[in-house]
Amino acid sequence: MTDTARTIEAIYRIESPKLIARLARITRDVGQAEELAQDALVTALERWPIEGVPDNPAAWLVQTAKHRAIDLIRRRQRFDKIGEQLGHEPRENETETAERVIDQLDDRLDDPIGDELLGLVFVACHPVLSNEARVALTLRLVGGLTVEEIAKAFLVPAPTIAQRIVRAKKQLADANVPFEVPRGDELAVRLASVLEVVYLIFNEGYAASAGAEWTRPELCDDALRLGRVLAELAPNEPEVHGLVALMEIQASRLAARIAPDGTPILLLDQNRARWDWLLVRRGLAALDRAFALAPPGSRGPYVMQAAIAACHGRAREASATDWARIAALYGELAAAAPSPIVELNRAVAVGMAEGPAAALAILDNPALQRALADYHLLPSVRGDALAKLGRVAEARAELERAAELATNARERDLLVERARRLG
Amino acid sequence: MRFMIIVKATKESETGANPSAEMLAKMGNFNEELVKAGIMLDAAGLASSSKGARVRFSGAKRTVIDGPFTEAKELVAGYWIWQCKSLAEAVEWVKRCPDPHPGSADSEIEIRQINDLSDFPELVDEARAIQGRLAASTK
Repeated sequence: MTDTARTIEAIYRIESPKLIARLARITRDVGQAEELAQDALVTALERWPIEGVPDNPAAWLVQTAKHRAIDLIRRRQRFDKIGEQLGHEPRENETETAERVIDQLDDRLDDPIGDELLGLVFVACHPVLSNEARVALTLRLVGGLTVEEIAKAFLVPAPTIAQRIVRAKKQLADANVPFEVPRGDELAVRLASVLEVVYLIFNEGYAASAGAEWTRPELCDDALRLGRVLAELAPNEPEVHGLVALMEIQASRLAARIAPDGTPILLLDQNRARWDWLLVRRGLAALDRAFALAPPGSRGPYVMQAAIAACHGRAREASATDWARIAALYGELAAAAPSPIVELNRAVAVGMAEGPAAALAILDNPALQRALADYHLLPSVRGDALAKLGRVAEARAELERAAELATNARERDLLVERARRLG
Repeated sequence: MRFMIIVKATKESETGANPSAEMLAKMGNFNEELVKAGIMLDAAGLASSSKGARVRFSGAKRTVIDGPFTEAKELVAGYWIWQCKSLAEAVEWVKRCPDPHPGSADSEIEIRQINDLSDFPELVDEARAIQGRLAASTK
Protein backbone atom coordinates (compact mmCIF):
# COMPACT_ATOMS: atom_id res chain seq x y z
CA MET A 1 0.00 0.00 0.00
CA THR A 2 1.30 3.48 -0.82
CA ASP A 3 1.51 6.20 1.83
CA THR A 4 -1.42 8.05 0.27
CA ALA A 5 -3.55 4.91 0.21
CA ARG A 6 -2.74 4.36 3.89
CA THR A 7 -3.65 7.96 4.64
CA ILE A 8 -6.94 7.64 2.76
CA GLU A 9 -7.76 4.45 4.62
CA ALA A 10 -7.07 6.17 7.96
CA ILE A 11 -9.17 9.19 7.03
CA TYR A 12 -12.01 6.96 5.92
CA ARG A 13 -11.83 5.03 9.20
CA ILE A 14 -12.15 8.28 11.15
CA GLU A 15 -14.79 9.91 8.94
CA SER A 16 -16.94 7.11 7.53
CA PRO A 17 -19.22 6.51 10.54
CA LYS A 18 -20.11 10.22 10.70
CA LEU A 19 -20.40 10.43 6.90
CA ILE A 20 -22.66 7.38 6.66
CA ALA A 21 -24.78 8.60 9.58
CA ARG A 22 -25.19 11.99 7.91
CA LEU A 23 -26.11 10.47 4.55
CA ALA A 24 -28.51 8.00 6.15
CA ARG A 25 -30.37 10.91 7.71
CA ILE A 26 -31.11 12.10 4.18
CA THR A 27 -31.57 8.82 2.31
CA ARG A 28 -33.25 7.01 5.25
CA ASP A 29 -31.48 3.90 3.96
CA VAL A 30 -28.26 2.84 5.68
CA GLY A 31 -27.22 0.53 2.85
CA GLN A 32 -27.54 3.28 0.29
CA ALA A 33 -25.76 5.74 2.59
CA GLU A 34 -22.82 3.36 2.90
CA GLU A 35 -22.65 2.94 -0.88
CA LEU A 36 -22.58 6.71 -1.34
CA ALA A 37 -19.78 6.99 1.23
CA GLN A 38 -17.95 4.18 -0.57
CA ASP A 39 -18.31 6.04 -3.88
CA ALA A 40 -16.73 9.09 -2.26
CA LEU A 41 -13.91 6.89 -1.00
CA VAL A 42 -13.31 5.44 -4.48
CA THR A 43 -13.18 8.97 -5.90
CA ALA A 44 -10.65 9.94 -3.23
CA LEU A 45 -8.54 6.90 -4.06
CA GLU A 46 -8.53 7.97 -7.74
CA ARG A 47 -7.84 11.65 -7.21
CA TRP A 48 -5.83 12.20 -4.01
CA PRO A 49 -2.74 10.27 -5.16
CA ILE A 50 -2.56 12.70 -8.14
CA GLU A 51 -3.94 15.93 -6.67
CA GLY A 52 -2.69 15.47 -3.13
CA VAL A 53 -4.71 15.01 0.06
CA PRO A 54 -7.00 18.04 0.59
CA ASP A 55 -6.47 20.24 3.67
CA ASN A 56 -9.88 19.33 5.02
CA PRO A 57 -10.42 15.74 3.86
CA ALA A 58 -13.61 15.34 5.93
CA ALA A 59 -15.36 18.23 4.16
CA TRP A 60 -14.11 16.94 0.80
CA LEU A 61 -15.65 13.51 1.43
CA VAL A 62 -18.97 15.07 2.51
CA GLN A 63 -19.10 17.28 -0.59
CA THR A 64 -18.29 14.38 -2.91
CA ALA A 65 -20.83 12.09 -1.28
CA LYS A 66 -23.41 14.86 -1.46
CA HIS A 67 -22.93 15.19 -5.22
CA ARG A 68 -23.33 11.44 -5.58
CA ALA A 69 -26.54 11.60 -3.54
CA ILE A 70 -27.91 14.36 -5.76
CA ASP A 71 -27.01 12.41 -8.91
CA LEU A 72 -28.73 9.36 -7.51
CA ILE A 73 -31.92 11.22 -6.63
CA ARG A 74 -32.08 13.01 -9.99
CA ARG A 75 -31.63 9.72 -11.79
CA ARG A 76 -34.37 8.19 -9.67
CA GLN A 77 -36.68 11.10 -10.48
CA ARG A 78 -36.06 10.66 -14.21
CA PHE A 79 -36.97 6.99 -13.90
CA ASP A 80 -40.05 7.91 -11.93
CA LYS A 81 -41.15 10.35 -14.66
CA ILE A 82 -40.75 7.65 -17.27
CA GLY A 83 -42.73 5.37 -14.99
CA GLU A 84 -45.50 7.93 -14.65
CA GLN A 85 -45.67 8.36 -18.41
CA LEU A 86 -46.10 4.60 -18.62
CA GLY A 87 -48.94 4.86 -16.10
CA HIS A 88 -47.16 3.63 -12.93
CA GLU A 89 -47.88 5.13 -9.52
CA PRO A 90 -45.28 7.65 -8.42
CA ARG A 91 -42.84 6.41 -5.78
CA GLU A 92 -43.25 7.22 -2.15
CA ASN A 93 -40.06 9.28 -1.97
CA GLU A 94 -40.84 11.26 -5.09
CA THR A 95 -41.14 14.41 -3.00
CA GLU A 96 -37.48 14.02 -2.13
CA THR A 97 -35.79 16.59 -4.30
CA ALA A 98 -32.16 17.08 -5.06
CA GLU A 99 -32.49 20.61 -3.71
CA ARG A 100 -33.70 19.38 -0.35
CA VAL A 101 -30.64 17.16 -0.11
CA ILE A 102 -28.39 20.13 -0.87
CA ASP A 103 -30.11 22.23 1.80
CA GLN A 104 -30.01 19.56 4.47
CA LEU A 105 -26.40 18.61 3.93
CA ASP A 106 -25.25 22.22 3.82
CA ASP A 107 -27.19 23.16 6.93
CA ARG A 108 -26.07 20.22 8.88
CA LEU A 109 -22.46 19.84 7.90
CA ASP A 110 -21.23 21.11 11.25
CA ASP A 111 -24.18 19.95 13.34
CA PRO A 112 -23.56 17.74 16.29
CA ILE A 113 -24.51 14.36 14.90
CA GLY A 114 -24.67 12.28 18.06
CA ASP A 115 -28.23 11.15 17.41
CA GLU A 116 -27.47 10.14 13.82
CA LEU A 117 -24.45 8.09 14.89
CA LEU A 118 -26.54 6.45 17.58
CA GLY A 119 -29.22 5.76 14.95
CA LEU A 120 -26.55 4.08 12.84
CA VAL A 121 -25.52 1.89 15.79
CA PHE A 122 -29.13 0.83 16.40
CA VAL A 123 -29.68 -0.06 12.75
CA ALA A 124 -26.42 -2.02 12.47
CA CYS A 125 -27.37 -4.00 15.60
CA HIS A 126 -31.02 -4.44 14.64
CA PRO A 127 -32.61 -7.66 15.99
CA VAL A 128 -33.92 -8.67 12.53
CA LEU A 129 -30.31 -9.50 11.65
CA SER A 130 -28.38 -12.60 12.68
CA ASN A 131 -25.53 -12.22 15.19
CA GLU A 132 -22.95 -12.72 12.44
CA ALA A 133 -24.58 -10.03 10.31
CA ARG A 134 -24.88 -7.59 13.20
CA VAL A 135 -21.23 -8.07 14.15
CA ALA A 136 -19.95 -7.55 10.59
CA LEU A 137 -22.20 -4.57 9.90
CA THR A 138 -21.34 -2.87 13.20
CA LEU A 139 -17.59 -3.24 12.69
CA ARG A 140 -17.95 -1.99 9.11
CA LEU A 141 -20.36 0.94 9.61
CA VAL A 142 -19.63 2.06 13.15
CA GLY A 143 -16.06 0.81 13.61
CA GLY A 144 -14.96 1.92 10.14
CA LEU A 145 -13.08 -1.37 9.59
CA THR A 146 -12.44 -2.60 6.07
CA VAL A 147 -14.02 -5.84 4.87
CA GLU A 148 -10.51 -7.35 4.78
CA GLU A 149 -9.84 -6.37 8.39
CA ILE A 150 -13.11 -7.92 9.57
CA ALA A 151 -12.41 -11.07 7.55
CA LYS A 152 -8.94 -11.38 9.05
CA ALA A 153 -10.26 -10.91 12.57
CA PHE A 154 -12.84 -13.67 12.15
CA LEU A 155 -10.58 -15.95 10.10
CA VAL A 156 -12.98 -16.17 7.15
CA PRO A 157 -12.42 -15.21 3.49
CA ALA A 158 -13.12 -11.54 2.65
CA PRO A 159 -15.89 -12.35 0.12
CA THR A 160 -17.80 -14.11 2.92
CA ILE A 161 -17.83 -10.91 5.00
CA ALA A 162 -18.63 -8.78 1.94
CA GLN A 163 -21.63 -11.03 1.19
CA ARG A 164 -22.73 -10.99 4.81
CA ILE A 165 -22.78 -7.18 4.72
CA VAL A 166 -24.63 -7.02 1.39
CA ARG A 167 -27.24 -9.49 2.64
CA ALA A 168 -27.63 -7.60 5.93
CA LYS A 169 -28.20 -4.31 4.13
CA LYS A 170 -30.79 -5.94 1.90
CA GLN A 171 -32.54 -7.46 4.91
CA LEU A 172 -32.69 -4.06 6.59
CA ALA A 173 -34.16 -2.50 3.45
CA ASP A 174 -36.68 -5.34 3.00
CA ALA A 175 -37.79 -5.07 6.63
CA ASN A 176 -38.17 -1.29 6.25
CA VAL A 177 -36.10 -0.73 9.38
CA PRO A 178 -36.42 2.97 10.19
CA PHE A 179 -33.31 5.07 10.69
CA GLU A 180 -33.92 6.41 14.17
CA VAL A 181 -33.08 6.15 17.83
CA PRO A 182 -35.80 4.03 19.47
CA ARG A 183 -37.68 5.62 22.37
CA GLY A 184 -39.58 4.53 25.45
CA ASP A 185 -39.82 0.84 26.24
CA GLU A 186 -38.30 -0.11 22.91
CA LEU A 187 -35.07 1.68 23.79
CA ALA A 188 -34.15 -0.79 26.55
CA VAL A 189 -34.74 -3.81 24.32
CA ARG A 190 -32.80 -2.36 21.39
CA LEU A 191 -29.98 -1.14 23.61
CA ALA A 192 -29.62 -4.68 24.98
CA SER A 193 -29.23 -5.86 21.39
CA VAL A 194 -26.47 -3.29 20.77
CA LEU A 195 -24.59 -4.21 23.95
CA GLU A 196 -24.89 -7.88 23.06
CA VAL A 197 -23.19 -7.27 19.69
CA VAL A 198 -20.33 -5.30 21.26
CA TYR A 199 -19.79 -7.98 23.92
CA LEU A 200 -19.92 -10.72 21.26
CA ILE A 201 -17.08 -8.99 19.43
CA PHE A 202 -15.15 -8.62 22.67
CA ASN A 203 -15.59 -12.24 23.65
CA GLU A 204 -14.54 -13.48 20.23
CA GLY A 205 -11.26 -11.70 20.97
CA TYR A 206 -11.09 -12.70 24.62
CA ALA A 207 -11.78 -16.40 24.19
CA ALA A 208 -11.56 -17.02 20.46
CA SER A 209 -13.95 -19.70 19.26
CA ALA A 210 -11.88 -20.40 16.14
CA GLY A 211 -8.24 -20.48 15.10
CA ALA A 212 -4.97 -21.51 16.70
CA GLU A 213 -4.65 -18.53 19.03
CA TRP A 214 -6.60 -18.61 22.24
CA THR A 215 -7.10 -14.83 22.26
CA ARG A 216 -7.20 -12.15 19.54
CA PRO A 217 -6.52 -8.90 21.40
CA GLU A 218 -7.19 -6.75 18.35
CA LEU A 219 -10.87 -7.74 18.42
CA CYS A 220 -10.97 -6.81 22.11
CA ASP A 221 -9.55 -3.39 21.14
CA ASP A 222 -12.21 -3.00 18.43
CA ALA A 223 -14.99 -3.87 20.88
CA LEU A 224 -13.58 -1.54 23.53
CA ARG A 225 -13.42 1.29 21.05
CA LEU A 226 -17.06 0.67 20.03
CA GLY A 227 -18.05 0.54 23.70
CA ARG A 228 -16.28 3.81 24.49
CA VAL A 229 -17.93 5.49 21.48
CA LEU A 230 -21.29 4.20 22.67
CA ALA A 231 -20.68 5.48 26.20
CA GLU A 232 -20.33 9.00 24.78
CA LEU A 233 -23.39 8.62 22.52
CA ALA A 234 -25.62 7.32 25.32
CA PRO A 235 -24.00 8.81 28.44
CA ASN A 236 -27.08 8.33 30.63
CA GLU A 237 -27.38 4.58 30.16
CA PRO A 238 -25.79 2.76 33.13
CA GLU A 239 -25.58 -0.57 31.30
CA VAL A 240 -23.41 0.99 28.56
CA HIS A 241 -20.90 2.16 31.18
CA GLY A 242 -21.25 -1.22 32.87
CA LEU A 243 -20.28 -3.03 29.67
CA VAL A 244 -17.35 -0.67 29.08
CA ALA A 245 -16.16 -1.22 32.66
CA LEU A 246 -16.48 -4.98 32.29
CA MET A 247 -14.52 -5.01 29.01
CA GLU A 248 -11.78 -2.65 30.27
CA ILE A 249 -11.22 -4.77 33.38
CA GLN A 250 -11.31 -8.08 31.51
CA ALA A 251 -9.00 -6.74 28.79
CA SER A 252 -6.52 -5.65 31.47
CA ARG A 253 -5.81 -9.35 32.08
CA LEU A 254 -5.18 -10.33 28.44
CA ALA A 255 -1.40 -10.55 28.77
CA ALA A 256 -1.55 -12.46 32.06
CA ARG A 257 -3.98 -15.20 31.20
CA ILE A 258 -1.94 -17.42 28.90
CA ALA A 259 0.83 -19.76 30.09
CA PRO A 260 4.08 -20.33 28.14
CA ASP A 261 2.59 -23.47 26.59
CA GLY A 262 -0.52 -21.57 25.45
CA THR A 263 -2.88 -22.88 28.11
CA PRO A 264 -5.17 -20.49 29.99
CA ILE A 265 -4.11 -19.28 33.46
CA LEU A 266 -7.02 -18.94 35.90
CA LEU A 267 -7.74 -15.56 37.44
CA LEU A 268 -6.41 -16.40 40.92
CA ASP A 269 -3.18 -17.85 39.50
CA GLN A 270 -2.37 -14.88 37.26
CA ASN A 271 0.71 -12.71 37.79
CA ARG A 272 -1.04 -9.42 38.54
CA ALA A 273 2.07 -7.41 37.75
CA ARG A 274 1.28 -8.27 34.15
CA TRP A 275 -2.22 -6.83 34.30
CA ASP A 276 -2.70 -3.59 32.40
CA TRP A 277 -3.35 -1.21 35.28
CA LEU A 278 -4.25 1.67 32.94
CA LEU A 279 -7.22 -0.40 31.75
CA VAL A 280 -8.09 -1.43 35.33
CA ARG A 281 -8.18 2.26 36.29
CA ARG A 282 -10.34 3.09 33.26
CA GLY A 283 -12.66 0.20 34.11
CA LEU A 284 -13.09 1.35 37.70
CA ALA A 285 -13.85 4.90 36.48
CA ALA A 286 -16.49 3.56 34.05
CA LEU A 287 -18.01 1.52 36.88
CA ASP A 288 -18.22 4.65 39.04
CA ARG A 289 -20.19 6.35 36.25
CA ALA A 290 -22.54 3.36 36.01
CA PHE A 291 -23.06 3.27 39.79
CA ALA A 292 -23.79 7.00 39.87
CA LEU A 293 -26.53 6.51 37.25
CA ALA A 294 -28.12 3.40 38.75
CA PRO A 295 -28.89 3.08 42.47
CA PRO A 296 -28.53 -0.35 44.13
CA GLY A 297 -31.41 -2.65 43.23
CA SER A 298 -31.78 -1.16 39.74
CA ARG A 299 -28.40 -2.28 38.40
CA GLY A 300 -28.41 -4.42 35.28
CA PRO A 301 -26.34 -7.51 34.51
CA TYR A 302 -23.40 -5.71 32.84
CA VAL A 303 -23.04 -3.29 35.75
CA MET A 304 -23.15 -6.18 38.21
CA GLN A 305 -20.64 -8.28 36.27
CA ALA A 306 -18.37 -5.25 36.08
CA ALA A 307 -18.73 -4.71 39.84
CA ILE A 308 -17.62 -8.31 40.42
CA ALA A 309 -14.71 -7.96 37.98
CA ALA A 310 -13.75 -4.73 39.78
CA CYS A 311 -13.40 -6.60 43.10
CA HIS A 312 -10.64 -8.64 41.50
CA GLY A 313 -9.25 -5.52 39.82
CA ARG A 314 -8.90 -3.77 43.17
CA ALA A 315 -6.96 -6.67 44.70
CA ARG A 316 -3.22 -6.32 44.05
CA GLU A 317 -2.81 -9.94 45.14
CA ALA A 318 -5.26 -12.84 44.87
CA SER A 319 -5.18 -13.24 48.67
CA ALA A 320 -6.47 -9.66 49.08
CA THR A 321 -9.73 -10.43 47.22
CA ASP A 322 -12.88 -9.27 49.00
CA TRP A 323 -14.86 -12.51 48.65
CA ALA A 324 -17.68 -11.43 50.95
CA ARG A 325 -18.41 -8.49 48.65
CA ILE A 326 -18.16 -10.71 45.55
CA ALA A 327 -20.63 -13.17 47.12
CA ALA A 328 -23.04 -10.30 47.88
CA LEU A 329 -22.68 -8.95 44.33
CA TYR A 330 -23.43 -12.39 42.86
CA GLY A 331 -26.57 -12.38 45.00
CA GLU A 332 -27.55 -9.03 43.47
CA LEU A 333 -26.69 -10.27 39.97
CA ALA A 334 -28.82 -13.38 40.54
CA ALA A 335 -31.72 -11.07 41.41
CA ALA A 336 -31.20 -8.94 38.25
CA ALA A 337 -30.53 -11.84 35.87
CA PRO A 338 -31.17 -15.22 37.52
CA SER A 339 -29.20 -18.11 36.05
CA PRO A 340 -27.86 -21.41 37.39
CA ILE A 341 -24.32 -20.40 36.27
CA VAL A 342 -24.55 -17.22 38.36
CA GLU A 343 -25.72 -19.34 41.29
CA LEU A 344 -22.77 -21.70 40.83
CA ASN A 345 -20.38 -18.72 40.82
CA ARG A 346 -22.09 -17.37 43.92
CA ALA A 347 -21.48 -20.70 45.63
CA VAL A 348 -17.74 -20.44 44.81
CA ALA A 349 -17.58 -16.88 46.21
CA VAL A 350 -19.57 -17.84 49.34
CA GLY A 351 -17.21 -20.78 49.80
CA MET A 352 -14.20 -18.46 49.68
CA ALA A 353 -15.86 -15.98 52.07
CA GLU A 354 -17.58 -18.25 54.59
CA GLY A 355 -16.09 -21.69 54.08
CA PRO A 356 -17.02 -24.95 52.28
CA ALA A 357 -20.13 -25.76 54.33
CA ALA A 358 -21.85 -22.55 53.23
CA ALA A 359 -20.94 -23.28 49.60
CA LEU A 360 -22.32 -26.79 49.89
CA ALA A 361 -25.65 -25.48 51.17
CA ILE A 362 -26.08 -23.56 47.90
CA LEU A 363 -24.78 -26.38 45.69
CA ASP A 364 -27.14 -28.95 47.21
CA ASN A 365 -30.21 -27.05 46.06
CA PRO A 366 -32.15 -29.64 43.98
CA ALA A 367 -33.23 -27.01 41.41
CA LEU A 368 -29.58 -26.13 40.76
CA GLN A 369 -28.66 -29.83 40.57
CA ARG A 370 -31.34 -30.38 37.93
CA ALA A 371 -30.46 -27.25 35.90
CA LEU A 372 -26.76 -28.13 35.75
CA ALA A 373 -27.08 -31.93 35.63
CA ASP A 374 -24.75 -32.19 32.62
CA TYR A 375 -22.36 -29.39 33.55
CA HIS A 376 -18.99 -30.66 34.77
CA LEU A 377 -18.22 -27.56 36.87
CA LEU A 378 -21.03 -28.31 39.34
CA PRO A 379 -19.55 -31.63 40.57
CA SER A 380 -16.08 -30.09 40.27
CA VAL A 381 -16.96 -27.21 42.63
CA ARG A 382 -18.94 -29.54 44.89
CA GLY A 383 -16.01 -31.97 44.98
CA ASP A 384 -13.71 -29.17 46.13
CA ALA A 385 -16.07 -28.18 48.93
CA LEU A 386 -16.43 -31.83 50.08
CA ALA A 387 -12.64 -32.31 50.02
CA LYS A 388 -12.16 -29.25 52.21
CA LEU A 389 -14.68 -30.70 54.67
CA GLY A 390 -12.68 -33.94 54.79
CA ARG A 391 -15.43 -35.99 53.11
CA VAL A 392 -12.82 -37.61 50.85
CA ALA A 393 -14.79 -40.52 49.36
CA GLU A 394 -17.69 -38.27 48.34
CA ALA A 395 -15.26 -35.67 46.99
CA ARG A 396 -13.50 -38.27 44.83
CA ALA A 397 -16.82 -39.52 43.44
CA GLU A 398 -17.81 -35.93 42.52
CA LEU A 399 -14.49 -35.21 40.79
CA GLU A 400 -14.73 -38.46 38.85
CA ARG A 401 -18.24 -37.55 37.77
CA ALA A 402 -16.97 -34.11 36.71
CA ALA A 403 -14.23 -35.79 34.64
CA GLU A 404 -16.85 -37.92 32.89
CA LEU A 405 -18.89 -34.82 32.02
CA ALA A 406 -15.98 -32.64 30.86
CA THR A 407 -15.76 -32.28 27.09
CA ASN A 408 -12.35 -30.61 26.92
CA ALA A 409 -9.53 -33.19 27.12
CA ARG A 410 -7.17 -30.93 29.09
CA GLU A 411 -9.85 -30.18 31.67
CA ARG A 412 -10.75 -33.88 31.95
CA ASP A 413 -7.11 -34.81 32.65
CA LEU A 414 -6.93 -32.16 35.37
CA LEU A 415 -10.08 -33.49 37.06
CA VAL A 416 -8.85 -37.10 36.93
CA GLU A 417 -5.57 -35.94 38.44
CA ARG A 418 -7.36 -34.07 41.25
CA ALA A 419 -9.50 -37.12 42.04
CA ARG A 420 -6.38 -39.35 42.09
CA ARG A 421 -4.52 -36.99 44.44
CA LEU A 422 -7.30 -37.30 47.04
CA GLY A 423 -5.95 -40.84 47.50
CA MET B 1 -2.15 -0.71 18.86
CA ARG B 2 -1.22 2.01 21.29
CA PHE B 3 0.64 5.22 20.65
CA MET B 4 2.22 7.82 22.86
CA ILE B 5 1.57 11.25 21.40
CA ILE B 6 4.29 13.50 22.72
CA VAL B 7 3.81 17.26 22.75
CA LYS B 8 7.29 18.80 22.67
CA ALA B 9 8.13 21.75 24.86
CA THR B 10 9.05 25.18 23.54
CA LYS B 11 10.92 28.10 25.10
CA GLU B 12 7.55 29.63 25.94
CA SER B 13 6.09 26.50 27.53
CA GLU B 14 9.29 26.12 29.56
CA THR B 15 8.72 29.53 31.16
CA GLY B 16 5.87 27.90 33.06
CA ALA B 17 3.34 30.43 31.78
CA ASN B 18 -0.25 29.17 31.61
CA PRO B 19 -1.68 28.56 28.14
CA SER B 20 -4.31 31.08 27.00
CA ALA B 21 -7.99 30.50 27.67
CA GLU B 22 -8.54 30.23 23.92
CA MET B 23 -5.89 27.52 23.67
CA LEU B 24 -7.41 25.60 26.56
CA ALA B 25 -10.86 25.75 24.95
CA LYS B 26 -9.51 24.48 21.63
CA MET B 27 -7.63 21.65 23.31
CA GLY B 28 -10.72 20.83 25.33
CA ASN B 29 -12.74 20.43 22.14
CA PHE B 30 -10.06 18.28 20.57
CA ASN B 31 -9.90 16.06 23.65
CA GLU B 32 -13.65 15.68 23.50
CA GLU B 33 -13.37 14.51 19.87
CA LEU B 34 -10.76 11.95 20.91
CA VAL B 35 -12.99 10.62 23.67
CA LYS B 36 -16.00 10.45 21.34
CA ALA B 37 -13.93 8.50 18.83
CA GLY B 38 -13.03 6.01 21.56
CA ILE B 39 -9.27 6.33 21.04
CA MET B 40 -8.21 8.37 24.09
CA LEU B 41 -6.86 6.24 26.92
CA ASP B 42 -4.90 8.72 28.97
CA ALA B 43 -3.51 12.25 28.91
CA ALA B 44 -1.33 14.47 31.04
CA GLY B 45 0.40 17.83 30.87
CA LEU B 46 3.83 18.15 32.41
CA ALA B 47 5.15 20.99 34.56
CA SER B 48 8.17 22.85 33.19
CA SER B 49 11.55 21.17 33.56
CA SER B 50 12.50 23.60 36.35
CA LYS B 51 10.39 21.34 38.58
CA GLY B 52 12.13 18.18 37.34
CA ALA B 53 15.46 16.40 37.65
CA ARG B 54 17.68 14.03 35.70
CA VAL B 55 19.71 11.11 36.91
CA ARG B 56 22.80 10.37 34.81
CA PHE B 57 24.21 6.84 34.82
CA SER B 58 27.89 6.14 34.42
CA GLY B 59 29.00 2.71 35.58
CA ALA B 60 28.13 2.47 39.26
CA LYS B 61 27.93 6.24 39.59
CA ARG B 62 24.61 8.14 39.69
CA THR B 63 24.66 11.91 39.22
CA VAL B 64 21.53 13.94 39.90
CA ILE B 65 21.07 17.08 37.79
CA ASP B 66 18.27 19.42 38.83
CA GLY B 67 16.17 21.25 36.23
CA PRO B 68 15.58 23.45 34.37
CA PHE B 69 17.12 22.01 31.22
CA THR B 70 18.02 23.85 28.07
CA GLU B 71 17.18 22.60 24.55
CA ALA B 72 13.42 23.01 24.98
CA LYS B 73 12.51 20.99 21.91
CA GLU B 74 14.13 17.90 23.42
CA LEU B 75 11.78 18.22 26.37
CA VAL B 76 8.26 16.89 26.72
CA ALA B 77 5.41 19.24 27.63
CA GLY B 78 2.64 16.67 27.72
CA TYR B 79 1.41 13.40 26.29
CA TRP B 80 -1.61 11.37 25.29
CA ILE B 81 -1.99 7.61 25.14
CA TRP B 82 -4.19 6.63 22.20
CA GLN B 83 -5.49 3.37 20.86
CA CYS B 84 -5.50 3.53 17.05
CA LYS B 85 -5.73 0.99 14.25
CA SER B 86 -2.53 2.19 12.59
CA LEU B 87 0.21 4.81 12.65
CA ALA B 88 -1.57 6.49 9.71
CA GLU B 89 -4.69 6.89 11.84
CA ALA B 90 -2.68 8.43 14.71
CA VAL B 91 -1.05 10.82 12.19
CA GLU B 92 -4.47 11.89 10.88
CA TRP B 93 -5.68 12.61 14.41
CA VAL B 94 -2.57 14.62 15.24
CA LYS B 95 -3.10 16.70 12.09
CA ARG B 96 -6.49 17.69 13.54
CA CYS B 97 -4.94 18.79 16.82
CA PRO B 98 -4.84 22.56 17.41
CA ASP B 99 -1.28 23.92 17.38
CA PRO B 100 -0.21 23.33 21.00
CA HIS B 101 2.14 26.33 20.97
CA PRO B 102 0.60 28.87 18.58
CA GLY B 103 3.09 31.52 17.55
CA SER B 104 6.11 29.39 18.38
CA ALA B 105 8.42 28.45 15.51
CA ASP B 106 9.27 24.98 16.84
CA SER B 107 5.89 23.64 17.89
CA GLU B 108 6.00 19.89 17.31
CA ILE B 109 4.16 16.70 18.22
CA GLU B 110 5.86 13.32 18.01
CA ILE B 111 4.02 10.01 17.57
CA ARG B 112 5.58 6.85 18.96
CA GLN B 113 4.13 3.35 18.96
CA ILE B 114 4.02 1.71 22.39
CA ASN B 115 5.64 -1.71 22.36
CA ASP B 116 3.44 -4.63 23.00
CA LEU B 117 5.10 -7.82 24.16
CA SER B 118 3.60 -9.52 21.13
CA ASP B 119 5.80 -7.30 18.91
CA PHE B 120 8.80 -9.23 20.25
CA PRO B 121 8.15 -12.97 20.10
CA GLU B 122 11.54 -13.74 21.67
CA LEU B 123 10.83 -11.34 24.55
CA VAL B 124 7.46 -12.94 25.11
CA ASP B 125 9.16 -16.30 25.46
CA GLU B 126 11.65 -14.78 27.87
CA ALA B 127 8.89 -13.05 29.86
CA ARG B 128 6.93 -16.27 29.95
CA ALA B 129 9.95 -18.18 31.13
CA ILE B 130 10.51 -15.66 33.94
CA GLN B 131 6.86 -15.83 34.83
CA GLY B 132 7.05 -19.62 34.85
CA ARG B 133 10.05 -19.55 37.23
CA LEU B 134 8.29 -17.04 39.47
CA ALA B 135 5.17 -19.16 39.56
CA ALA B 136 7.23 -22.27 40.37
CA SER B 137 9.16 -20.52 43.17
CA THR B 138 6.02 -19.28 44.89
CA LYS B 139 4.27 -22.64 44.95
